[in-house]
Amino acid sequence: MTAFRHLRGWEALLLILLAIILAANVSASPFYLGVGNLVNLFQLSIEKVIVALVMTLIIINGEIDLSVASIMGLSACVLAWLFQMGVPVPVGILAGLAAGLIAGAFNGFWTAYVGLPSLAVTLAGLIGFRGIARILLEDRAIGGFPEWFNTLGQQPVLGPLTLPLIIFFILFAVFAVVLHASAFGRLVYVIGNNAEAARYSGVNVKRVKMTLFAASGLIAALAGLLYAARLGSVRGDMAEGFELDIITIVLLGGVSIFGGSGNLLGVGLSILIILNLRNGMGLANITGNTQTSVIGGLLILSVLVPNLTEMAVNKWKGRKA
Amino acid sequence: MTWLQSRIRPEQVRELSLLLLIVAAIIFFGSMIDSYYTSRTFNRIASSVAIIAVVAVGQTLVVLTRNIDLSVGSIVGFTAYFVGTTIAGDNTIHPLVAVALAVAIGGVMGAINGVIVAWGRVPSIIVTLGTLAIYRGILIEYSGAKTVTTDSLPAWLIDLPRLNLFVIEGLEVRVLVALALICVVVFQIGTSYLSFGRRLYAIGSNPDAAALIGLPVKRIVFIAFVLCGALSGLAGFMFLARFGNITVEAGRGLELQVVAAVVVGGVNIFGGSGTIVGALLGAIMIGTLEQSLFRLQISEFWRDALLGLLILLAVASDAVILKRLRALWTRADLKLIDKPPGAAAGESQPR
Repeated sequence: MTAFRHLRGWEALLLILLAIILAANVSASPFYLGVGNLVNLFQLSIEKVIVALVMTLIIINGEIDLSVASIMGLSACVLAWLFQMGVPVPVGILAGLAAGLIAGAFNGFWTAYVGLPSLAVTLAGLIGFRGIARILLEDRAIGGFPEWFNTLGQQPVLGPLTLPLIIFFILFAVFAVVLHASAFGRLVYVIGNNAEAARYSGVNVKRVKMTLFAASGLIAALAGLLYAARLGSVRGDMAEGFELDIITIVLLGGVSIFGGSGNLLGVGLSILIILNLRNGMGLANITGNTQTSVIGGLLILSVLVPNLTEMAVNKWKGRKA
Repeated sequence: MTWLQSRIRPEQVRELSLLLLIVAAIIFFGSMIDSYYTSRTFNRIASSVAIIAVVAVGQTLVVLTRNIDLSVGSIVGFTAYFVGTTIAGDNTIHPLVAVALAVAIGGVMGAINGVIVAWGRVPSIIVTLGTLAIYRGILIEYSGAKTVTTDSLPAWLIDLPRLNLFVIEGLEVRVLVALALICVVVFQIGTSYLSFGRRLYAIGSNPDAAALIGLPVKRIVFIAFVLCGALSGLAGFMFLARFGNITVEAGRGLELQVVAAVVVGGVNIFGGSGTIVGALLGAIMIGTLEQSLFRLQISEFWRDALLGLLILLAVASDAVILKRLRALWTRADLKLIDKPPGAAAGESQPR
């Protein structure tokens, strides 16, 4: 019960934070809440935000996937490598997605079936998959994709919405249903709370973990391809370091790093907070690196402040009794 | 067999196998590369391993307590830059003062991590993910996008990386390499024999139990973070000495190499087992591979893919082989209990 109340409190906290940031941004520019700016806001970090959705499930499951950014780079490089050899782009896209699925399944195999810690497995993946991407492209930058491919990443296709944005909203709905309204979603929480207990109650822990890692690989690959379409060119070091931003989004959303708790509503709010904060700071001429520091500080404070409050309250109660 | 088993632990077999793997790698590269067995190769590998090794020692202390410090790369970069600009501004600063400054800055940064983890009860991965960004951000703001250049540094600092402590038959042992080795030896002894060191293992094996038997868990975790920060500061100084030109990007991504070295070296990422020497061996393995592949004329782009594979193999062998070995050792112990011991039964208890 207390955990439940804590969770509600968390989302309230995020909502207040979001309101403050929005108010500050709107007071700085009256056009801030225009549709154009909001679409632009999402569009600039859309790939990270998409991967954060699947990362939420992985972390609730009690695991972590550090290799997502490398898989993003890998899928884009597979596409570019094939394109350069004269393979049509649609085939390249399928190959890129397949590469991501295989990479994710590879992580899943070692984590679920061999039983290695996912932190170590996906750290190896982070380095190894990036390595494969570099082998494919070496230090070249591949561009000149067909016009329709770049348009998909950059131009609105439905009203003001771009394709990546539409994919994000669809995936958000899909993951919300899977996590909060399906048997599979309950298993994700149960395993995250206590994998041993889940196994003894007959849950197929291995299959759930395998599914999640494969899904993570596939979605990271999709995000990598969208990133390639948005930028219009591909390099071996593409999306390098994105994993930290993605994990930060998820953890700020109130998902416990130890698994078993958190929800997509919190992550959705966290996405809005981070995007608006970065955008607002950008408007105030604060550089990207300082923005990252501020978000790092926010990440620590978001856990530290509730902890300190709880400790203070407990101490106060103890003195009164 | 039982005689052997009573004298070495399964973990030591693992370190021995890593050592054999390193030797095998060196023999392999030696047969592929002309003039591989030279002091030049040794120096190259040793100077690149030295920096990683010092940070890996600190990281091991933290990982043993079931925590992780992802901010080490930023600490190395910050201290390298800060000490670099300080020395560039005043070339008369005594070398020892410069080292002390680096260690102190690193220690303070580690202390900030430690306070938030130990007393703020925030998971270490969250804290250090945050400070990874914050320390780097402070560095970039502070620097104003300027760089430290070699020509602004005093002669002693520029000569330091090539300064030999002693030379054995053409094999030069550089001062910085010796410094790294001293760190390894001191902390290996400390974690093996001091009560503080044993407490790190106790906390990592079972934090709740450690608290119940009255260990000052918070203070020990805090000290582990301070030491990790201080060692990263020292590594920052070594980084400055080795490269001379320091940009605000210095040490970025180093945390991954260090965690990789620690994991390859057999330190359990969930705490409670592993040794400092293991972490050193992990660093040597990675350093040898990196520098040798570089020499092998294979495209450097293969390096990362192989490195990833190696880490995976190391972790997999750790899990599979160590499980078998431990079972073997336990069976031997049971036999000893069955037939009351002749000698040295007490030593064979698996940890």
